[in-house]
Amino acid sequence: MTTTIYRAARILTMNPMCPEATHVAVRDGRILGVGPLADLATWGDYELDERFADKVLMPGLVEGHAHAMEGTLWRHTYCGYFDRIDPDGRVWEGLKSIDAVLDRLARAEAALEDPDAPLPGWQLDPIYFDNRRVTRADLDKVSATRPIGVQHASGHILNVNSRALELAGLLRTGINHPGIPLGEDGLPTGELKGPEAMTPVAMHVGFDRDMLACDARGLRDFAKLCVRAGVTTVTDLAARLNDDAVEMMLRVTGEPDYPACVVPLRFFLGLTAADLIAHAADLKARSTERLRMGRIKVVADGSIQGFSARLRWPGYHNGAPNGLWYIAPQHLSEIYHLALENDLMVHTHTNGDEATDLVLDMMETALRAHPHPDHRFTVQHCQLADTAQFNRMGKLGMCVNLFANHHFYWGDEHYRLTVGPERAERMNACRTALAQNVPMAIHSDAPITPLGPLFTAWCAVNRITASGRVQGQTERISVDEALYAITMGAAYTLKMDHEIGSIETGKRADFAVLETDPTKVAPMALKDVPVWGTVQGGRIFPAGAQ
Amino acid sequence: MTAGLLPATVIGGYLGAGKTTLVNHLLRNAGGLRLAVLVNEFGALPIDADLIEAQDDDIIAIAGGCICCSYGDDLTRALLDMTAMDPPPDHLLIESSGVAIPSMIVGTLGLLPGFRVDGTVIVADAETLCRTAADRYLGDTVLRQLRDADLLILNKIDLPTPRALADTCDWIAEQGLPRPVPARQCALPPEAVLGLVPSTTQPVPDPAPHAAFETLRLTPAAGCDPQALARRLTDPALGVLRAKGFVTDLRGTRHEIHIVGARADVSARATAPADGMVAIGLRGQLDTAGLNDLVTAPAPASAR
Repeated sequence: MTTTIYRAARILTMNPMCPEATHVAVRDGRILGVGPLADLATWGDYELDERFADKVLMPGLVEGHAHAMEGTLWRHTYCGYFDRIDPDGRVWEGLKSIDAVLDRLARAEAALEDPDAPLPGWQLDPIYFDNRRVTRADLDKVSATRPIGVQHASGHILNVNSRALELAGLLRTGINHPGIPLGEDGLPTGELKGPEAMTPVAMHVGFDRDMLACDARGLRDFAKLCVRAGVTTVTDLAARLNDDAVEMMLRVTGEPDYPACVVPLRFFLGLTAADLIAHAADLKARSTERLRMGRIKVVADGSIQGFSARLRWPGYHNGAPNGLWYIAPQHLSEIYHLALENDLMVHTHTNGDEATDLVLDMMETALRAHPHPDHRFTVQHCQLADTAQFNRMGKLGMCVNLFANHHFYWGDEHYRLTVGPERAERMNACRTALAQNVPMAIHSDAPITPLGPLFTAWCAVNRITASGRVQGQTERISVDEALYAITMGAAYTLKMDHEIGSIETGKRADFAVLETDPTKVAPMALKDVPVWGTVQGGRIFPAGAQ
Repeated sequence: MTAGLLPATVIGGYLGAGKTTLVNHLLRNAGGLRLAVLVNEFGALPIDADLIEAQDDDIIAIAGGCICCSYGDDLTRALLDMTAMDPPPDHLLIESSGVAIPSMIVGTLGLLPGFRVDGTVIVADAETLCRTAADRYLGDTVLRQLRDADLLILNKIDLPTPRALADTCDWIAEQGLPRPVPARQCALPPEAVLGLVPSTTQPVPDPAPHAAFETLRLTPAAGCDPQALARRLTDPALGVLRAKGFVTDLRGTRHEIHIVGARADVSARATAPADGMVAIGLRGQLDTAGLNDLVTAPAPASAR
């Protein structure tokens, strides 16, 4: 029974009863106590560890909405506009022109030995190239014989070369599909919009794998990214969790040096409500210290930038027709009823405000039938919610996890195109959520945007868009509120706030180890606070050693 | 060429309308055809126990060589698996989820090699249709589904009062939707829903008699314009719900024609049985004289 006491430059506990300290004592992977050394010494023999003497400790950060496929995507060529760090710590410079994208693809192409192997790329975003579209002719310059496909950052568009179209049988005239624009020659331009158009070609360009799944290597890489971001508990928000996947996840997260607690939510599709509940209950019972199962993820509508989110009047700013439901209201209601009855938690994706209304209506009815003192059903994304909806959420005991990063990456698009100025200003309204007493987290939705809660906090604090405008000044929150949201806030939405999210006696010894104090830097510098690594369950993981 | 292409029917409509009842009915009355069924989830398809021969994780084998697969959220992959089946099924039914837009599934089918879209069948609940169409969350979705219908089945006609049923039919007409086929428990002759499965060796068979439907055998004149003929067969005034047959054009090329409501599909066939066509319509609504005139008329000069 060894006790280690860590001295730090400062410890931000997120526990209001003892908000800051200089020492934390760890025993058996849990926090024995936090406070001055003299207080902690009363527990008996200890080893004083000075390695964090010049670091700042926070509770291990909690990412409440990410996907483990962030770990697998790094095997594809990164084509994004912004600098991004891969699992091994290499910084991939953002590409500022189509030529730069083609150049990087050409280098990756040259490194491939098998002449038939596909070349997949990801995170392309032509919004930043004056919306000049990438064509198959562009990608043919990289290779005319090897299938190439580059997925957009939004995940809703795929650009492919001629060879890829040919393999899918689509390099032909006469195609009549809304997701497949044609060139003057009557052949597809190589841009494929929406899952229906993307999927038949995606499998020929290396996106064949089930994109919701993650293999062992991907799960390990995902955890490396967590260490770099200071994250010790991370969700995998839409997992199918079939037997093979569960076996793999139990094995990998059980490895002695696996550095994170993974919380996969069972995706609702393909099962009846009753079967879904039964499966989730079974998974809950198989949970371990580092693999927490038994929660459910439902998707109510699509995305705003894909014009598939369900909006209330007046709908899309550019006049696009209303979006799609991904679940029937009765089906959603049945899941809520059964989950409340069986004490299982449901997180529901909504983007449009009509989808949020539906969730609130179904929840209210289900709660009348099955009152629950502390269900914490959470609305995920919930980007367009207004004050009245947050108020209802609070009354119903629901939580929200807002997509703060989205505001930076696509806020300008929403302002200009999808929902127009007023609604764009109030998207991801953190201030209003807190004012209406809704327990709140904020998220990255990695890989849609990079995993990094400090960056997410920066987004919620500053509400800067990619073009540098402040969008929705009144919805900004303070640095303290944002740091709470990425620790206790997210832990609360997972009903894990009794064991993680703050540094206090009895909780898991999970710390984010920072080089500087995020409460002492200018709010605009919050995203630049360097992360040294993490401590997870008392085990030390320096980011630099990965 | 349609030879080797798997005809696929998309069955859509909101929850509870009777899509599953229709699928079960078709499986039970497949008449020796090998049907393949893709469903979003098994649990919603309570296939009668006596029909099930074996069950795996994602596949149920059904008596008579039919199979049923669940596709979850990966329809494209399930469809590609379907084209690899050996021996191939005779006809594919895709039961869409209650909020899916069927034309999007049809769009997907059009992108994949190996399929011929046979039509979209929408099942509507005669008792609740107007209420669902006025629902704040569902109205536009249900209307989009109805507008995708080549064949619109108005099911459960025994439940509403005659007055309410008439109102529902009026509403359907006001929306400019196809004239619905009334049904109870989706008990329709399979040939009205599925057409007659194409065969390169057999002539078009006579369908079994059915009280609510009538069948007309037509003998098209040689040297017709198949495209024009097919288009004219979709004229609602002729009352054709379904038609299928083989014709010969002016150059002597053989063609196969499929009509499902407003949808016409024509394709050249290297080998085909003797010329002939069968049309199915609601009893009393087939314009026998008009249809006979149509198929025996010489091709218009423009087509020569």
